[in-house]
Amino acid sequence: MSKINRFVLPLAGFALLVVLLAVGLKQAPEKGIIISPLVGKPAPGFELPDLLQPGNKVASSQYQGQWYLVNVWGSWCVACRVEHEALLQIKAQSRVPIIGIDWNDADDAGLEWLSKLGNPYTRVASDSEGRTAIAYGVTAAPESFLINPDGVIVKKQTGVMTPESWQRDFLPLVAGAAR
Amino acid sequence: MIPEIGHFALILALLLALVQAGFGLLGPRSGQPRYVEAIPFAVAGQFVFTALAMGCLVTSFVQYDFSVKYVAENSNSALPLFYRISALWGAHEGSLLLWIFVLSVWTVAVTIKSRSLPQSFMARVLGILGLLSVGFLLFTLATSNPFLRLDPAVPDGRDLNPVLQDFALAIHPPMLYTGYVGLSVAFAFACAAMIEGKLDQTWARWTRPWTTLAWSFLTAGIALGSWWAYYELGWGGFWFWDPVENASFMPWLVSTALIHSLAVTDKRGLFKSWTLLLAICGFSLSLLGTFLVRSGVLVSVHSFAADPTRGIFILAFLVLVIGGALALYAWRAPLLKSQAGFEITSRESFLLFNNILLVIAAAVIFGGTMAPMVSDALGQGALSVGPQYFNPSFLLPVLPLLALLSVGMHAGWKRGNLARVRRPVLGTLALAVALSVAVCFGAYDFDAVLMPVGVALGIWIALSALVDPIDRLRRGLSLPAGILGMSVAHIGLALLTIGITVVQSATKELDTAVAIGSSAKLGAYQFRFDSTKAMEGPNYSALQAQVTVLHGGKVAAVLAPQKRSYWVQQSPMTEAAISARWDRDLFAAMGEDLGNKTWSLRLQVRPLIQFVWFGALIMMIGGIISGLDRRYRVPKEARDVELVAGAAAAGPAA
Amino acid sequence: MRRLRACLPVLALCASFAAWAVDPSPPMADPSLQERYLTLTHELRCVQCQNETIADSPVEIAAQLRREVRESLLAGKSDDEIREAMVSRYSEFILFKPRWSARTALLWLAPGLMLLAGLIIGWRVLSRRQQLLASDPSTVDEETPV
Repeated sequence: MSKINRFVLPLAGFALLVVLLAVGLKQAPEKGIIISPLVGKPAPGFELPDLLQPGNKVASSQYQGQWYLVNVWGSWCVACRVEHEALLQIKAQSRVPIIGIDWNDADDAGLEWLSKLGNPYTRVASDSEGRTAIAYGVTAAPESFLINPDGVIVKKQTGVMTPESWQRDFLPLVAGAAR
Repeated sequence: MIPEIGHFALILALLLALVQAGFGLLGPRSGQPRYVEAIPFAVAGQFVFTALAMGCLVTSFVQYDFSVKYVAENSNSALPLFYRISALWGAHEGSLLLWIFVLSVWTVAVTIKSRSLPQSFMARVLGILGLLSVGFLLFTLATSNPFLRLDPAVPDGRDLNPVLQDFALAIHPPMLYTGYVGLSVAFAFACAAMIEGKLDQTWARWTRPWTTLAWSFLTAGIALGSWWAYYELGWGGFWFWDPVENASFMPWLVSTALIHSLAVTDKRGLFKSWTLLLAICGFSLSLLGTFLVRSGVLVSVHSFAADPTRGIFILAFLVLVIGGALALYAWRAPLLKSQAGFEITSRESFLLFNNILLVIAAAVIFGGTMAPMVSDALGQGALSVGPQYFNPSFLLPVLPLLALLSVGMHAGWKRGNLARVRRPVLGTLALAVALSVAVCFGAYDFDAVLMPVGVALGIWIALSALVDPIDRLRRGLSLPAGILGMSVAHIGLALLTIGITVVQSATKELDTAVAIGSSAKLGAYQFRFDSTKAMEGPNYSALQAQVTVLHGGKVAAVLAPQKRSYWVQQSPMTEAAISARWDRDLFAAMGEDLGNKTWSLRLQVRPLIQFVWFGALIMMIGGIISGLDRRYRVPKEARDVELVAGAAAAGPAA
Repeated sequence: MRRLRACLPVLALCASFAAWAVDPSPPMADPSLQERYLTLTHELRCVQCQNETIADSPVEIAAQLRREVRESLLAGKSDDEIREAMVSRYSEFILFKPRWSARTALLWLAPGLMLLAGLIIGWRVLSRRQQLLASDPSTVDEETPV
């Protein structure tokens, strides 16, 4: 290696760093969103108390063999209120059952929320201890998981589900499978 | 009106900075002295206008002008005066203004103190500093103007973030920025030397005091931040290897290396291109830190609200400044050759390895900090790098560094003489090992093998640092500030080493549920939870507990940790209570109310943690003593005379 | 913003305020289990307050993750099984101590490699300077260290 080359090395290293920083800057808005390793894996099973029908259980086994959406929410969650409208619309438009998981919430607070804002869910499970949410790798509400008839998570939405994201990212998966 | 004056003052400062940069960089080439002679006026004017802008923003804060967006977002009518002033740098926009002001202060200092340096060289130095100022002023005016108005004004402000309402954190940013920005002086000296294509030993002598002073402020800034995190964030730790902490630590390590390599360049004319590279890297790393903190590319507790536009702007600025400097380096550095030699036992040899190890330490931190970004950028998935990586990886270069230090302090220049060094080295080592064993096994219950090693290294450094000054005084020689400062700083490092080692190895901590009236045992201490009571502060209400700490049946301390709720931001804050003594801190903090008059409490006994801050303080004092050494300030001709005289005086005694 | 993310009040709790968790659960009966519990909870990153360990984070999910660790330990799971269970849900992001793998090999080896490279470079500089010593007529004042 000639003498000159040695002194160019810092500049070359810096150029590499700039590329890295530029890529990092592009990815910055996604920083802190954990990409779930569960997508493409079998959905964790759950069996939780039914919020709307005391004494009953909501279990993943009851939905084996069909498409369903698991939505994690809580009455304490402001973003969930934003999402609520969208869920009601999705319920009206599609036949995919939505299973609500009321996460880290008091049962009566959850019930009050549903009676006041309407119920977009086919069934609502009460996960007051947060065990099912942890099994699903939930970090913050709301999060939604689309599960196929084989019980595999095929798509996850971190944060608020909108009618657009449902139409664009979720529905084609269900429809494509039906065809 | 006042915010508009501030805004206008910033624009004028920008124009003057442009003049300063243009005249400074192009003036010496034009051959017309009047351009160069005009630069000090641009410097002075810029200082006046940035100071005016600072004054305007302070006035807006003091006068509760909630029509100014920045004031409304970062203060409140109930906020005490002191924090209304420190709120100036409580968020992104104001802290940038502080950055610009500090740069202006350094520029003025350089202009005044370096009048005796060659005119063209000084013009280029000020030109580079002007260029940096242009960049930051443009950035502020284009993306982060603190003087923007709210229309309509809000009746009251959103208040300063409660964690920032604290004395140490109020003075931490000015200290840290003085250090960060101070490194720009060494950077400008390096660039000016490269533009001129001339770098000799006198260049190193001019650069040394600026670097050492900037380093002292950086030391103080980092220590204050760490002290604040210790008692205010309340986890009881003092260093978390958070990306933002790392961003301030990397320039510190590199500037420490720079101080030592400048010594070699000054004394022997060696390591010239290496010294240049360190001067560029030191400031570049502080710019990089700015980017990391303000662009949202890293997940961190300390970072400012992320904004990609700002990120793009700073990135472009980085490319221009750092890229330009490194291109200049690639072009000019090959010209700098030295034919001086040295022996393995010489001081140069020890400083060579000092530099290599310090740079490796900085590189390790750089790698760990950037690794998550690299992994993301390559699509390799998320990755976290925490203390479990940094602690052992950092020790790998630092342990040999500390061990070499004690030997290197006794080594002579050029050849070094092993026989003469043997006695002080072995004597201090033996004493250090004996003391360390006595202290560690006598006074502490510890679980880490490294504890006696770290304590021995610390004591060895402290003893070694004393040998030379004592020897000089005994022989009736003078003790120049440079040597005194060096010894003091190394003693500070020794205390820091001992403090970190002991607190990491012998801390006792316990998180537990305690009922009022009962107590918890921790080592030799008994923590008794006496009572809780409600109380009020100026802008918060709090619940205060009383915890009495007993040691051998006697009361060692009465602690009053609080849980505060600030009225405006409605946020819970945990104020830990700490009883600090030179040899240990007793720490209590409140967790949750568990009902039945029972609370979860965090209790800690941290031995020697005060050595960490005290050591850093002493390092800073050492840096200041050394930076103010008169010998750096004497003009060239006079200095040569003095050197000859000094050599004559030292000669016969040797 | 493309995604309206997460529930803000909860995030704000960790983002800007110095509240932190004090783990109220009593120490585990078996001291070796308690030791492992402390090690593990300090290794796991809170998924909500992303710059804290689950041992220090004030949010509910951190407490639930601590509960998960505690129960797994009591169920006789090994440390690696517990880490793997966490990673399978939250990805490698949750481990503050990166696991050894092809992907992290360079990260873990870097300090050692750099130290080796530094020693080699230092040695080469040193031997060149030793050779120059013979032809270097300069005199220095050995006494003055700075």
